[in-house]
Formats: sequence, C-alpha cells, structure tokens
Amino acid sequence: MLDEMPRISAPLKRLIFIIFLFLLAGFVSLPREFSLFGRKFVRPDLNIQKGKISIQKKFDLVLGLDLAGGSHLVFEADTSKVSSDAVKDAVESLKQVIERRVNLFGVSEPNVQTSFFGGKHRIIVELPGIQDTKTASSVIGKVAQLVFAEVPEATDSGKLTITDLTGADLERASVAFDQTTGKPTVALKFTKEGGDKFEKITEKNVGKPVAIILDDTLVSAPVVQEKISGGTAQITGSFTLEEARQLVVQLNAGALPIPIKLVEERTVGATLGAESVAKSVRAGLVGLVMVVTFMVLAYGRLGLVADVGLVVFGVLTLALYKFIPVVLTLPGIAGFLLSVGMAVDSNILIFERFKEERARRPIADALEVSFGRAWDSIRDANIATLVTAFILANPFDWPFLHTSGPVRGFAITLAVGIGISLFTGIFVSRNLLRVFIREKKK
Amino acid sequence: MNWMKYRLVYFVISATIIGAGLFAYVKWGLNIGIDFKGGTIVEYKFEAEVKEERLKELFEATQLPTNSIQKTSDKTYLVKTESMDSLRKSTIVVYLERNLEMKVEELRFENVGPSIGPDLVKKTFYAMGIAAVLILLWIAVQFKSLKFGISAVLAMFHDSLVLLGSFALLGHFFGAEIDFLFVTAALTILSFSVHDTIVVYDRIRESQKKSGGTIYELANKATTETMVRSLNNSFTIIFMLVALTLLGGTTVKWFAIALLIGTVSGTYSSPFVAVPILVTWDELQGRLRRSKFFF
Repeated sequence: MLDEMPRISAPLKRLIFIIFLFLLAGFVSLPREFSLFGRKFVRPDLNIQKGKISIQKKFDLVLGLDLAGGSHLVFEADTSKVSSDAVKDAVESLKQVIERRVNLFGVSEPNVQTSFFGGKHRIIVELPGIQDTKTASSVIGKVAQLVFAEVPEATDSGKLTITDLTGADLERASVAFDQTTGKPTVALKFTKEGGDKFEKITEKNVGKPVAIILDDTLVSAPVVQEKISGGTAQITGSFTLEEARQLVVQLNAGALPIPIKLVEERTVGATLGAESVAKSVRAGLVGLVMVVTFMVLAYGRLGLVADVGLVVFGVLTLALYKFIPVVLTLPGIAGFLLSVGMAVDSNILIFERFKEERARRPIADALEVSFGRAWDSIRDANIATLVTAFILANPFDWPFLHTSGPVRGFAITLAVGIGISLFTGIFVSRNLLRVFIREKKK
Repeated sequence: MNWMKYRLVYFVISATIIGAGLFAYVKWGLNIGIDFKGGTIVEYKFEAEVKEERLKELFEATQLPTNSIQKTSDKTYLVKTESMDSLRKSTIVVYLERNLEMKVEELRFENVGPSIGPDLVKKTFYAMGIAAVLILLWIAVQFKSLKFGISAVLAMFHDSLVLLGSFALLGHFFGAEIDFLFVTAALTILSFSVHDTIVVYDRIRESQKKSGGTIYELANKATTETMVRSLNNSFTIIFMLVALTLLGGTTVKWFAIALLIGTVSGTYSSPFVAVPILVTWDELQGRLRRSKFFF
C-alpha cells in the first residue's frame, strides 16, 4: 500500500472516474420527466444506431404488481388423469396454452411460470394492470375442449358418438353475429384436414343434428341441411358478447391439456400501489436523514465523507435497478432501505479502526492500514449475507426453495445493495479520503 | 474489559427472553396469516366514512366466516375472511354498495387456498437449513475451525428463537401475523446475526496471529474493540427500520418490526452468545485435553 505513495495523481484519477460514474448513474436515475425551477425536462433513453450496431435501452424503473397494480394468480394442475411419464409434457403445453390465452386476452407484459413442489404442479400467472380477476381467471381456467358429436337415431339413450373433429382442428375462431337474430356467435375456420373431416361428418348426417360440445356441455346441436365444404362453421349458442369473446380467446389459444383450478389470487389496485410507493419513499428519506446526521455526529468530517459515499451508493443502486432491470416490489424497497442502513457498515468498521491506528502512526498511513485491516472482516461478513440473499433469491429456480416474487424481490435488492455498498464504502470513500488528506498536507 | 467473566449473566438473559417467547408460543401459538393457512384479505375503500360496527353487521349477514375487520386509514378497512372465490368477491362488493349506498373500491384482494401453506413451511425449513450449513462451512473454512462455525450458527438459531418468541407475544397482544414476509425476515436476520459475529471473530483471528494468547483473553480484547462498531452499525440499520415501521404503511409494518427484532438480537448475540459459547467450548476442550494428559 505504501508503494503507491509517490504517484500522487492516482487517487485523483480514480476520483475523476468516480465523479464520471456518478454523473452517468445520476443521469440514468433521473425520472423520465421532471421539472426543475419551473422548466420541464425529458431524459432521453439510450438509443445508438451506427451501421449494424443498434443499442436501445429504456431506463425506467420496473415496478412489481404490488406497486403498479395487477393480479397474481396461481393455478393448480389436476394431473390425476395423466400417466406419470406424460405429466411433464402436459404441464409444459399447459403453460404454453395459458401463455397464448393471456396474450390474446390483451395483457401487456404478462408472466407465466410453472412450479413443481410436493407432488403438485402449479402455474403462476402475473397480469400487470388487471383488476377484473373474475374474467381473467375464467378465461385462463376453462379447459375449453371443443368436440363435435354425431347424434345417433336412437336418441333415447342420449348417447352421442364423439367424432375425431375437435378444437385442435381449428385454424381460427372469431366473433361473428347471426344474420337473422343479430346475436353474437362464434365463427370457426377449420384447417385443411379439419375441413375435410367436417365435410365428411356433415355429408353423413344430412337432416340430422350435429352436437357441438364444450367441456362436456352441449352448446348447440344444429340440424345439418346439406353437406358443408369449405371448412367453416358457426356456433350459435346463447352467448353474450363477452362470453363469445372469451370463447374465441380460448379456442384460438387451444384447449388446456389438463384441467386446472385457481388456488391463490392476489390483486392490488393501482391507487394502493402508488400510495405504498409514496409511503416507502417518505420512510426512506426520514431514515436517510437520520443515518446521515448520525454519521456526522459520530465521526465528524470522516462521517461526511461516508455520507458522500452513501449518496453515490443511492444513485448507483437506482441506476443499476433500471439497468438490469430489477423488478421493484414493496419488500424489494424494504430491502433497498435496509441496504442503505448497511451501506455505511464498512465505513464504520474502517473509521473505528482508524481511531485506533491514528494513535500509532501518521494520518495518511493510519488510513491505508485501516482500510487494509478492515477488509478481511468486511469480505467475510458480506459473503455470509450474500449466501442468505442467494438462497432467498433462488436464481436457479430450485423447486425446494421459495420462488415467490416478493421474497425474491427483497433478496435481489439486498444483494445488489451489498455489492454496491462494498464499492462505495471502500473504493469511493477511500479515494475521497486519500485526496482530501493529501491536499491538507500540502 | 473482562466481558467473558459475566458469561453466565448473558446466558441467563438469553434464556429468559427465549423462555418468555417459548412460553407464549406454547400457550397461545402463533398467529398464522393467510399465506400459510389459506383465507382471504380484502382492503376496501369507501366513498364516505363507514362505522366499524356497521361493517361488522353487514359481514355477519353474509354468513361468510369473518376473522377480523380493521380500519387501516381514512375510509379504508382491511377485512379478513375465510377463503372466498372470485364470484363471491364480486358479489360482496355489489352487496356492500347496495347496503351502504355508496361506491366501494377494492384496493387489494388476496385469496390463498389451503393447499399452499404446508409447502411454504417445508420450503422455509429447507432454506434455513441450507443457509445454516453454508454459513457454518464458510466460517469454518475462513477461521479454520469448526468451533467458530458452530458457535456462530448457534447464535444464529438464538436470534431465530428470539424472533419466533417475540412474534408469539406480538401475535397474541397486537395481532402480528406469520406470513411470507415474516419468513423473509427470519431468513434475512440469519445473515445479520452472522455479520456481527464474523467481525468479532475476525478480531480474534487477527490478534491470535499477531500476539497469541488464550481464546478467553482474545475474546475480551476483540469484544472491547468491536463494541462501538457493532452498536454504531446497528444504529444506522435501526434508524432505517424504525422509519419503515412508522411510515412505511401497513403491508411492511410487521416485516420491518421483525427485521428490527432481528437486528437488535443479532447485535446482542454476537458478543454475548456466539463469543461466550466459543470461549466456554474452548475451555471445556482444554480441560478435556488436560485430563487426557494426566490419565
């Protein structure tokens, strides 16, 4: 450490680097639009286009469902009727069907995940901005297995002959309106093979009804007038417009391979979310003022340097949240605030050490020695914290650990906070102190 | 200062606190939230002020088992009931609107089926187990001694017990619930606890290399040297958590309190649980070795 002494400019160079980094991060941390002294400013996003290289990045804070409002739904798959070796595929295709349905439902940035634990397969669906969970869960949760059946002569038995024409033979379904009654109907367009199957069925059943069955319920049984070729058909049940729309989404996305049921639901309104953000920000500011004041009272000018480090910490962390991006949840904000309290920890360790060392050697040396000696315990202690953060965040989605959003959000912000606090607590404040102490000596 | 002379006092203090908590736990149990046992939480915002009694009457009339109705802020109530499905949820809003003759807004709706809970408990124990083992190994490797690792992990469990006991008490007297966030807090304080312990250990390690001496002497020296640091660092964390408890809103209040208890206990347990255990262990080991030598 002492060999760096002659290169006076090195800490200054690093300080310039820190200031540059701070300004860059500060820029990213700015809200998209803000007003200062009555003037409005708009922060541009990263948008570089040079020949083939195109870098685009939006620097907005990504808020979780509990802050931005939205719905978190958990469905449990009923795998009892599937043979055990086919379960994995069934769940995977279940997820795909649900994803398609959610997308067709018109939700922006939905998130569909599967989870397996304790012998149960679950599908977690996150729908930002959705509050009407009744519609959402019925669109997602219905199996929507469409089949066509022939009605045999002896109708007394009530038994239908299921044909091989199903929802899987559809190319597209859409909402249409009955030309005579004006009621909403569902128009079906079959694939090539589906059209052939339909043609055969109608040919065979002229003058007889063909039953259209959805999830074991008879929707309608129109009587076939003549052979229908061309591969289109219409379901005229007694749909409301809303029901017709939902059915179209379900049919276009495909039937669920296995039935599911809703086991958990969490919905937060956008107003409550905004309120939570405001409260957290206020709590954070009050806490921050207390920490900053405490550091100055306890360590004087050294404390002031730590406070500067803390400001750099806040700005860098915010910029990194936007850059990664980290989805901020309410517990996530708590994790961030907690890391603010912990960020000065390395400074406190070093300053306490400095108090002891100052008695033994000149100030500049004492400073270097304190940073060096405190490092071991800072490293060991923070790695232990990172271990717990790692288990809570469960980055590899290990099924035997928590995969819940809030817990993960907390762990990620905590881990990011620890990482950056090591940088600001050691690199930033060390170089600040080096420059100031040298300047004083001159 | 001869901190280690009063080891017995520290053990008695810890035993008293944990004992009180465990007594509460055995007597009243924990106040389990919907995350674990299933149920529904709804937060309603009413257009105008509504009396709590009126709301109670209305909910009683629905025949839906209602666990609690609690005012959270202006015109806003938090209602906890048995699990209700989406259909029931929307009928209740219409029912309230019709009877109160005002607009009712659902700020938040959480419904957890009973099948989710047991998994969470299992996952929590797995997470705690893995964290404990990893931390134990990390400390044992860094300090080249299993003694250090095990003492630190014992102090860690001490803090977990303090937290659990405190929540049994807080749950009985103030309605604190055991939920997802409590579990997160419990796991987080594992690392707090160990954080401070490592700082004291590090001082023991450093002095041992430099001057040597018995663990007893080294522990006294290290505790003296790190006391101010431990206190100051805890203060900064406590400031943030107190602000969060008082201003952060209902959702994170108990979470912040759980972390607060963990921080205080974690600060205490490093010099007054982990280090005394280490010293006691070392003495016992020494006595055992000596007796072997004689026989």
